Amino acid sequence: MRRILLASLAPISAIVFSLIVASIALMLVGRSPITAFGAMWDFARTSTSVASMINRAVPLYISAVAVAVGFQMGLFNIGVEGQYLLAALFAGWVGGNIVLWAPLHIAVILAVAIIVGMTWSGIAGALKVTRGVHEVISTIMLNFIGFSVIAFLLLNYFKDPNGSSLNLATPPLPPSGQLPNLNWLFGALGFSEPRGIDLHGFAVFAIVVGVFYYLLVWRTRFGYELRASGINPGAARMAGVDPNRMIMNTMLISGGVAGLVGLAAVFGNLQSYTQDFPRNLGFNGIAVALLGRNHPVGMALGALLFGFMDRSALILDLKDTPKEVVTIMQGVVVLAVVIAYEVVNRFIERLEIRSAAEATREAVEGAAA
Amino acid sequence: MTDMRTEIETSSAPAWAANRWMRLAALIIGGVLLLAVVQSVSDTSELTTSGTWAAALRLSVPIMLAGLGGMFSERSGIVNIGLEGMMIAGTWFGAWAGWSYGPWQGVLLGVAGGAVFGLIHAIATVTFAVDHIVSGVAINILAAGSMRFLSVVTYTPESGGGATQSPGIKSQIATFDVPVISDFFNWLEAKRIFFVSDASGIIAGLTSNLSWLTVIGLAIVPLSWWVLWRTAWGLRLRSCGENPYAAESLGVPVLRMKYYGVVISGALAGLGGAYLVVVQAGIYREGMTAGRGFLGLAAMIFGNWNPVGTMVGSTLFGYADALRLRQNEAVHALLLAVAIVLVLLAVWSAIRRRYTPAIFEGIFGVLFFTWYITTDSVPSQVVAATPYLVTLLVLAIATQRLRMPAADGLRYRKGEAV
Repeated sequence: MRRILLASLAPISAIVFSLIVASIALMLVGRSPITAFGAMWDFARTSTSVASMINRAVPLYISAVAVAVGFQMGLFNIGVEGQYLLAALFAGWVGGNIVLWAPLHIAVILAVAIIVGMTWSGIAGALKVTRGVHEVISTIMLNFIGFSVIAFLLLNYFKDPNGSSLNLATPPLPPSGQLPNLNWLFGALGFSEPRGIDLHGFAVFAIVVGVFYYLLVWRTRFGYELRASGINPGAARMAGVDPNRMIMNTMLISGGVAGLVGLAAVFGNLQSYTQDFPRNLGFNGIAVALLGRNHPVGMALGALLFGFMDRSALILDLKDTPKEVVTIMQGVVVLAVVIAYEVVNRFIERLEIRSAAEATREAVEGAAA
Repeated sequence: MTDMRTEIETSSAPAWAANRWMRLAALIIGGVLLLAVVQSVSDTSELTTSGTWAAALRLSVPIMLAGLGGMFSERSGIVNIGLEGMMIAGTWFGAWAGWSYGPWQGVLLGVAGGAVFGLIHAIATVTFAVDHIVSGVAINILAAGSMRFLSVVTYTPESGGGATQSPGIKSQIATFDVPVISDFFNWLEAKRIFFVSDASGIIAGLTSNLSWLTVIGLAIVPLSWWVLWRTAWGLRLRSCGENPYAAESLGVPVLRMKYYGVVISGALAGLGGAYLVVVQAGIYREGMTAGRGFLGLAAMIFGNWNPVGTMVGSTLFGYADALRLRQNEAVHALLLAVAIVLVLLAVWSAIRRRYTPAIFEGIFGVLFFTWYITTDSVPSQVVAATPYLVTLLVLAIATQRLRMPAADGLRYRKGEAV
């Protein structure tokens, strides 16, 4: 109980801090924060908003898991951004150009996305293992190279010849490649069904990814070695864990998971890869991973929080309040949460030192008496 | 060029210094000759025109400023991938003050805006010892979000402004031609003499219609070299990036030095952002930095954490960008130049009996030549990706030559020496 309390202390204080910063920003421009946050809260409590919130949380969660796999061993995959966009392009293109038995069709789309994501992150892994190139630098470079590759392929080879030339897109998914929506869930739970927005079926895969992540990291030998390499690389190597193999495998798994991020939109509201495909999910995934401290449930809560912010911000425009205040909150929350963890850790450290000192003193006094 | 050469030969500088300048001069002359040759055999005329080089200069200065900023931060031991965010702040505040007061005020406030985000990065990474990459990512998210917020609040009601762009700035910063030199080389460029006119075009491009802010930006290169490598303060700053505990034991205020490094870093990135607004666009547009902060980071790595190297890197990137914007066929001609360079490198390696690199360079030289022969143009996306590809290749191939500060990116807490 005390552990959960301490673990949630940092994120909660970070969220409170970001609320304070956002309130100050709103007050500076002459808007009432209480009205704004009240409106957001009210707006978010409809079935439609909940569906939208979950839809927004799904890719963020998968992205966070992709980042967290690397974090477990101190690897920083900052290239989720490029990996998911590239993967979504290929998956959308392949999915839109074939017609198969539905489950097989969906499996093919998933496989393409995973393989493309793995390939792109694998380059960074291979560069690190063979040439010692730091993965942060190589993945940043690979992001930009990826953006160019996408622009080139979409324009020259992958665009739907029958589509609009204003917004280039891959051909739309045929019916066999579409996932059913989950709107019935609301009815089953006794709520009204969402209107105008579907709860996308891809949400199921986010849960699968979360379970996979939990089992991989805490229930397999690989996960044990992964965590060991993160906590003490030297000791792990002495125990026979090959660091190069770990780096390569971790980058591949991270990239494979990252490949799935963009499918939320491909299977969701877009049904193809488009020129204005959602961006920044990779970077926001890093934020969510930090907020949830690489824990499968913590990250889910973080993703839902971000989804809630994004969705409920939409009402602010009607209230003559800039909805961008939410982006400030997201930036502040990331920075605040890492600082809060640091402060809490130092605090715990000091407590432990004190209790250890007291225990020693008692022992000494006991021996003297 | 020849003037410079004789001057150095007759000067009393130490042998190694003369040698280094000689090599640089030889490299520059060789490069111009190469461009002249390529230009004469291919169907382009833009490789060495004054227009191309003036554009290259304008495009490379912001990248260079971001790169120099990154260098100050990393030399003090703090990795800064928040350069992009700091640059975004520079563009916004530069445009805001440029629109409200004037271009020079825009420059000042742009620098201040970048420095503020540098300060946030410093508080997180230096005082709280947060992971540098994490903080940098957060800075980028935070800067983009808050600038959008500020735009909505400030620019939406104004005519010409909106949620994603500002009204135009009041006026541009004055430009000037370098007297005599500019006229003379412009005249010589028009003569169309092989090599002479090519070199003249480059010089004319770099000396005509110069913005004062460009001059200031370029002056920061030697200035930062002097500060970091010729002053006690610079030595202290660099020692914090190499071995903070040793520096600490000698009485260097490590935490404070790191603060200086990161705040200067933000200020320079902010200056780069303000440059984009004040010299190039004349307004703020959301996303106008377009990854130039990261490009600066790439230029810094390419330049081996040195000011001159950073400048060379950003010039290469800016030149490629200028060619793409002016004439895509010119980029195609550049393939031939790359092929020639690779073949020459292969010959050089073979002479020095280093056969493995020679074979690789030869193969790639032939590949580039085939690419040149079999196509008519290079897709613009390839050009856009080139700086990043080059940086990756440099990192992968020249790992022994590159050396980042030894304690760069490591967490430092006062008095924790092991």
